[in-house]
Amino acid sequence: MVEPPAVGGLAVAHAIGSLAAPPAPPAATRSVTEPRAVRWLLMGLALGFLALFLVLPLVTVFEQAFAKGLATYADAITQPVAVSAIQLTLLTAAISVPANLIFGVAAAWCIAKFEFAGKSLLTTLIDLPFSVSPVISGLIFVVLFGAQGFFGPFLQANGVKIIFAVPGIVLATTFVTFPFVARELIPLMQAQGTEEEQAALSLGASGWQMFRRVTLPNITWGLLYGVILCNARAMGEFGAVSVVSGKIRGATNTIPLHVEILYNEYHVAAAFAVASLLTFLAVVTLVAKSFIAWKFQQPDAGGAPEPPSGA
Amino acid sequence: MTARAWKQHSILPGFGLSLGFTLLYLCLLVLIPLSGLFIKSASLGPAEFWNVISGPRALASYRVTVLSALTGAALNAVFGFIVAWVLVRYSFPGRRIIDGLVDLPFALPTAVAGIALTTLYAPNGWLGQVLTPLGIKTAYSSLGIVIALTFIGLPFVVRTLQPVLQDLDVEYEEASASLGANRWQTFTRVILPPLMPALLTGFALAFARAVGEYGSVVFISSNIPLETEITPLLIMTKLEQFDYAGATAIDVVMLLASFVMLLVINGLQWWSRRRLGA
Amino acid sequence: MIRSLAVSTLSLALLATACAPGAPDPAAGGGAVAAKPAVKLLNVSYDPTRELYQQFNEAFAAYWKQQENQDVTFEQSHGGSGSQARSVIDGLEADVVTLALSADIDAIADKAQSLPADWQKRLPNNSTPYTSTIVFVTRKGNPKGIRDWSDLVKPGVQVITPNPKASGGARWNFLAAWSFALKGANNDEARAKDFVSALYKNVPVLDSGARASTLTFAQRGLGDVALSWENEADLMLNEFGKDKFDIVYPPSSILAEPPVAVVDKVVDKKGTRAVAETYLNYLYTEAGQRIAAKNHYRPRLTAVAAEFKASFPDLKLVTIEDFGGWPAAQKKFFADGGLFDQLYTAGR
Repeated sequence: MVEPPAVGGLAVAHAIGSLAAPPAPPAATRSVTEPRAVRWLLMGLALGFLALFLVLPLVTVFEQAFAKGLATYADAITQPVAVSAIQLTLLTAAISVPANLIFGVAAAWCIAKFEFAGKSLLTTLIDLPFSVSPVISGLIFVVLFGAQGFFGPFLQANGVKIIFAVPGIVLATTFVTFPFVARELIPLMQAQGTEEEQAALSLGASGWQMFRRVTLPNITWGLLYGVILCNARAMGEFGAVSVVSGKIRGATNTIPLHVEILYNEYHVAAAFAVASLLTFLAVVTLVAKSFIAWKFQQPDAGGAPEPPSGA
Repeated sequence: MTARAWKQHSILPGFGLSLGFTLLYLCLLVLIPLSGLFIKSASLGPAEFWNVISGPRALASYRVTVLSALTGAALNAVFGFIVAWVLVRYSFPGRRIIDGLVDLPFALPTAVAGIALTTLYAPNGWLGQVLTPLGIKTAYSSLGIVIALTFIGLPFVVRTLQPVLQDLDVEYEEASASLGANRWQTFTRVILPPLMPALLTGFALAFARAVGEYGSVVFISSNIPLETEITPLLIMTKLEQFDYAGATAIDVVMLLASFVMLLVINGLQWWSRRRLGA
Repeated sequence: MIRSLAVSTLSLALLATACAPGAPDPAAGGGAVAAKPAVKLLNVSYDPTRELYQQFNEAFAAYWKQQENQDVTFEQSHGGSGSQARSVIDGLEADVVTLALSADIDAIADKAQSLPADWQKRLPNNSTPYTSTIVFVTRKGNPKGIRDWSDLVKPGVQVITPNPKASGGARWNFLAAWSFALKGANNDEARAKDFVSALYKNVPVLDSGARASTLTFAQRGLGDVALSWENEADLMLNEFGKDKFDIVYPPSSILAEPPVAVVDKVVDKKGTRAVAETYLNYLYTEAGQRIAAKNHYRPRLTAVAAEFKASFPDLKLVTIEDFGGWPAAQKKFFADGGLFDQLYTAGR
């Protein structure tokens, strides 16, 4: 039976929700399938396409990073400015990701478990940052908090630095990664329905007990995936951060900005070396996601139930 | 009307708290900054606003952006379909790894993708060395933009199609085959129609994503005004000329376009639900 | 409850990072005389000066320590000149700005009122301690035989130059080409326009900065000739190999004057005026001029210029004054709808 897609007008969220779907094992015996030649052709096309667009760029990053040898690589990533860029990136992610995580859970809770007027408007609004260009995402904060912005004079008078300092970068990053967790959780929680929570309540659980013991275990997998994606995007954001950063070496540069700076200083191998850190993180992200998907496919007595889209 | 008439009654707790927090966060982080944008561009006045967003360079940039995004999304629609099909229906060694790899454009920072693609396709890059003698200019041309945007949108079509493909009931194919249809007929008349909404949704998503893309395109494009200048770059250029109002005006156009895309995607989703539900 | 606790902690963290002043530098210890607390200067500069200021900052820090027994550290920010000016206008707290052209600093004075409108008169030589010019860089052996500006419009020649709307260096490039064309056409503006139009038709990529442009030429292998700052050209050869490129000096070019200025609003607020002013003055001293010359910037000081004469060939140079100053040039050529825009809208 075909599973009805998630309701609630959150089309994009459904697509992303399906991003979380583990690859189902192929139908073992299909009585109807393509002739062999066609199959090979299709496989060739698919793998060729992926090799061209995915594998080659990936390999290029690492090849260029090590082009000048291991010593250059190690030097590039241990320079003080590189280290400070790594620290700033980690700090930014450490603030944006939990903030968006809490928001995501809250938003998913009220949207998925309740019916109220204006729900689809709310979900569309939540989706907005995803469709806003990164350049705009940075610009809006400059318009608000820059010296010529709406709050500029007030901030300057009180010595509060937002743009061209860490808070601006955190804000821009949080904005850009805003919907990730929410969009992951909403279709998931919608598909799970409210029966289990209601049962828990009727059996005497308090609100928090119900949340901790019934809801959270059900959404763990989706939550993890949303956090992983949010984190990858937060660490890799370039456009929005470059508008609000000020590019002060050693102070307001994140890893992507530092990559750009190295690139502009002719230190191409070093640029790719630092970039390879983020690429490596991306690969780890993918592996983690596959692992989570694999784990949830195991017939696991104590584990959470299967994610709905794979049912 | 009672205070709660707009919401269905539910015994689940936490509605007020979660909704309140959601709205607060949404306002602070998203709505207020975005409205600041509209206010700033409004300082231009309607006539000047229209001038800016309809100037020749702006119009050319919309054309470049939209056409490149459409081409990239179309490439993704075709090849993404094939990839999804192969991943769902066939089994081969390494299938799981390749399936995981599809999410790479999602996880890789755009700037890294940009310099990697440029390095690959430049005249002295691995692929550029092969293609340039053939007269195919990839980096620093419109083709380069399409390549970058195809990379960016790759996961969308594949991931939208996969669950629907998985859930397709094989009974219909079997019935069709038993009634004498050949494989191609079965494909076009039985398999493809239920996939169309998902395919279109994936296409729309890839398109929407490609339209706003900056980091990966700006390295590989030649950025020639009126030819290969994408709208986000035009915004940046206006910013650097201290033309904030102009930059925000074009921002507004892009925002409205994205909003319309979102509505389209929602509409597609609704259609898909009607098609497949019950 | 846990949730609200988490929210409040996060907002506190956010607020803390916003309000906390920069970490207090450890006061310079050791000297018998009471050492003043360390001071930090932010120098917002344009793209190619990274190497210059790395060396200069080191020299100045040593000098200042000796004079005033105070530690001074530097923060540098580099980017396209226009883009850097925008950041300063938006609140980037630069103590000094060292940009590619005076129009960019004028914009800061005009839009942010951070320094007086007559800032350029405060330092000698129009606030330009060193100058540069625009030269050609070709592939080794100069296979296309490019000697002068007129060679740039020959069919089949690919020229690399950045986008004047974004890059300061690109604007100097444009004006140099224009002045050559105007002279050759006996001040006939229409023919000069044709020349520049033909030149830009030969440009395959418009990068947004001088560095990006250099990378396209040197690293990516695109183009037959790059128009470049003189100091960038030398740097290119040093970085990528003298055996790969040739520097060709055209007979005539433009005197590019990248100015420096103290940002009054910031130094008065931070109390760093004395250091900042001495910092810029140090650029004019023999030590400073020598560092500039070593980094291939043309020094103003005649003694140092004589010393480095061999590195800086003589060219016939026009100046920005021949264009009526930057405000006029900016308006005529680079503003919206100006000449550069017309080149592109006229159909390629």
